Amino acid sequence: MTTSKGMTLHLKVWRQKSASDSGRFESYTVEGVNQAASFLEMMDVLNEQLLRKGQEPVAFDHDCREGICGSCAMMINGCAHGDLPRTTACQLHMRHFKDGETIVIEPWRARAFPVIKDLVVDRSAFDRIIAAGGYVSTNVGNAPEANSIPVPQHDAEAAMDAAACIGCGACVASCKNASAMLFVSAKVSQMAHLPQGQPERSMRARKMVAQMDKERFGACSNTGACEAACPKGIKLSNIALLNRELSRAQVKD
Amino acid sequence: MSTHPKLNSRIPEGPIEKKWGNRKFENKLVNPANRRKHTVIVVGAGLAGGSAAASLGEAGYRVKLFVYHDSPRRAHSIAAQGGINAAKNYQNDGDSVYRLFYDTIKGGDFRAREANVYRLAEVSVNIIDQCAAQGVPFAREYSGYLSNRSFGGSQLQRTFYARGQTGQQLLLGAYGSLMRQVEEKNVELFPYHEMLDVVVVDGKARGIVVRNLRTGELAVHTADVVVLGTGGYGNVFYLSTNAKKSNCTAAWRAYKKGAFFGNPCFTQIHPTCVPVSGDYQSKLTLMSESLRNDGRVWVPKAKGDKRNPKEIPESERDYYLERIYPAFGNLVPRDVASRAAKAMCDKGHGVGQTGLAVYLDFADAVKRIGKEGVAKKYGNLFEMYEKITGEDPYEVPMRIYPAVHYTMGGLWVDYNLQSTIPGLFVIGEANFSDHGANRLGASALMQGLADGYFVAPYTIANYIGGEKLGAVSSDHDACKAALAETKARVEKFLSIKGKQSADSFHRRLGKIMWDECGMARNREGLKRAISDIQKLQKEFWSDLYVPGAGAELNQELEKAGRVADFLELGELMCRDALEREESCGGHFREEYQTPEGEALRNDEKFAHAAAWEYQGEGKAPLRHQEELEFENIHLAQRSYK
Repeated sequence: MTTSKGMTLHLKVWRQKSASDSGRFESYTVEGVNQAASFLEMMDVLNEQLLRKGQEPVAFDHDCREGICGSCAMMINGCAHGDLPRTTACQLHMRHFKDGETIVIEPWRARAFPVIKDLVVDRSAFDRIIAAGGYVSTNVGNAPEANSIPVPQHDAEAAMDAAACIGCGACVASCKNASAMLFVSAKVSQMAHLPQGQPERSMRARKMVAQMDKERFGACSNTGACEAACPKGIKLSNIALLNRELSRAQVKD
Repeated sequence: MSTHPKLNSRIPEGPIEKKWGNRKFENKLVNPANRRKHTVIVVGAGLAGGSAAASLGEAGYRVKLFVYHDSPRRAHSIAAQGGINAAKNYQNDGDSVYRLFYDTIKGGDFRAREANVYRLAEVSVNIIDQCAAQGVPFAREYSGYLSNRSFGGSQLQRTFYARGQTGQQLLLGAYGSLMRQVEEKNVELFPYHEMLDVVVVDGKARGIVVRNLRTGELAVHTADVVVLGTGGYGNVFYLSTNAKKSNCTAAWRAYKKGAFFGNPCFTQIHPTCVPVSGDYQSKLTLMSESLRNDGRVWVPKAKGDKRNPKEIPESERDYYLERIYPAFGNLVPRDVASRAAKAMCDKGHGVGQTGLAVYLDFADAVKRIGKEGVAKKYGNLFEMYEKITGEDPYEVPMRIYPAVHYTMGGLWVDYNLQSTIPGLFVIGEANFSDHGANRLGASALMQGLADGYFVAPYTIANYIGGEKLGAVSSDHDACKAALAETKARVEKFLSIKGKQSADSFHRRLGKIMWDECGMARNREGLKRAISDIQKLQKEFWSDLYVPGAGAELNQELEKAGRVADFLELGELMCRDALEREESCGGHFREEYQTPEGEALRNDEKFAHAAAWEYQGEGKAPLRHQEELEFENIHLAQRSYK
């Protein structure tokens, strides 16, 4: 239960004025943190404290604060979104920390995700990968009656498992090679499980992987760090599927 | 009753089921070769903006899409959980376009325009087809056919869903279509750009002023048409289920440039949210309405009963929704469920530490379909609840309380979704058009996609085809003036150098709004709120503190602009609530209720939409009326008993 005083936390936060600044850790102490608060609400308390002192608050990305928009992106004590499994930073609550604890907070670190300011990084590479082929090329007006194409329930469920990706980039941030394979494979896998995704199946895998390489994400070495860090439980088996899709595409060419 | 000449609803001729067809036929067309000569600005990439930008790009227009997020995939539509309605009648339980139309008009407590709502129901079936074709992984039966569930305010199963992430999946479908158009260079994407003003040239919307949130650079973009899909303004209450960045600025700037604001006081308070637990709280989290399919709402019969819920025997529980509304039970519409929860807590039956919560209990469902069955339907919601509260809802009933969720009010639009500024179209939650005084569950996703995929592309073509739109360059006087105004405003925020943060003002505004313009409203409270908000506005402009500079990523500066607009909108909402001397849907005036405490409408005086016209700084806005005609559905007291 929350004590009336709340928790005291020592924070080491990465501060970086802009992309060209080299950046450094700054130490702060936050007092009176309610255990029922989320990690981002704790960051709000820190920022309100900095503002009262006339200092610049820590810039960080966030929006829905219910674990679905994929905006929040911070390494907490070396783990993407903190070490609680299947949890985004916004859904991580302070009851999982100890009073008096020191917490290290850093941005995602990957060549393809340059820092914009403090904890905010540029993830537009993900958009460009999707633009390369992460969809079914159907125009509005083309669609047949929805029930005219049955989708076996287990395929729909498998597609949904993969489609749950929120595009936060935790997989990239956790990978020692900063590979985006889990992200790419999730989309490829969603579409490969559905009849609607079949006509462009080979082209989609090839184009998305080509764009991923162009964005300078690293190669996959199957350590599984991505799966462990993924707040939505996207499975490593999607990467195996993506590799099969690529081989299949080569055979078909 | 005089109607303002600008409030021409442009409802097509003919019987209700022919109106949209008639309008599509009489619409002007634009030859495919000419479309690329026309630029359309779309602001916002949620279900409405994203689907409109994709569709307009597919049609061949040059689209410029502006979003304040780093990616269009982050728009708040992504957080919608439960589902999307469509009149497919796949369950053979008596659904039809007419019944969806009827339920929506009735659910909205007879304060929406019949013709718009009928069209919404009509195109709902196309939406499901479109989304299935995009590869949206909807829930399926073993047969492979689409599955449905129930939502509030309806006695049949017409809600399509993708687990508890329907909004996410529909949005990602639209986002995929959109990114395909970006790849094909039909849509130019401007992420990290916030719209701060509309540019009006010769009475027509011809552009917008934007701030690049990464660099702070201000710029004007011009176009033939401007489309706002900028969402609702529930964050005026500070605590709401909206995302933190959701704001009213785009709509409010348009209002100040001449677009009328429709029914600003119509706010939806959602009955099933995780209750407030402390001052640190930055937002409230919704627990999908779909939970009311299997969850039973109850409070202890005894006042102040603080026992563990498991120790309270059946005979000492009051399943009050089932008791008061036997026909609809736990699936009454949102406004009814919210008011009932408040009434129970006000009478002292509330549970939890604050006494501001009721139970949503799944014990019966677990007995009936097992824990696994419950997990399959609601697993991610249960997980989310446990993360927030630290309690396991499979074992202990959820504690829930109403929270601000959606705004039915918004910029006034005609049947073509055009505001009172020609060339300014408003779609999705940002407009006021389809939900009257209360929106039914699973209808927001339906409206966003209906507007974006199936309505706006036709009506925008008609506007472009029918107007002679000369070129406007960004050095036009109107552009320069709007840019200078925006620049001055940004500088003003930075130069006040007071002591209080934008958030601290926002919290105080939110408290006033929740206390006086929330679930129950009365004359005295609303008057008090207007005066308190005016005082708060003065304090804001003299004691705001924004650190840093304008020419950089400055999140405090972003917040300041949004809070400044919320402070003005909040006042307008209170004025609107004060003038509407009746109760309807989410607008509950304590002075106007039935002996049983239900909302009491006054159709003689208030069967209209209120449309507010800005009159200038420091002047009271003018209230106009669009009379609503109910030619198909008989105006009646709503009953869910």
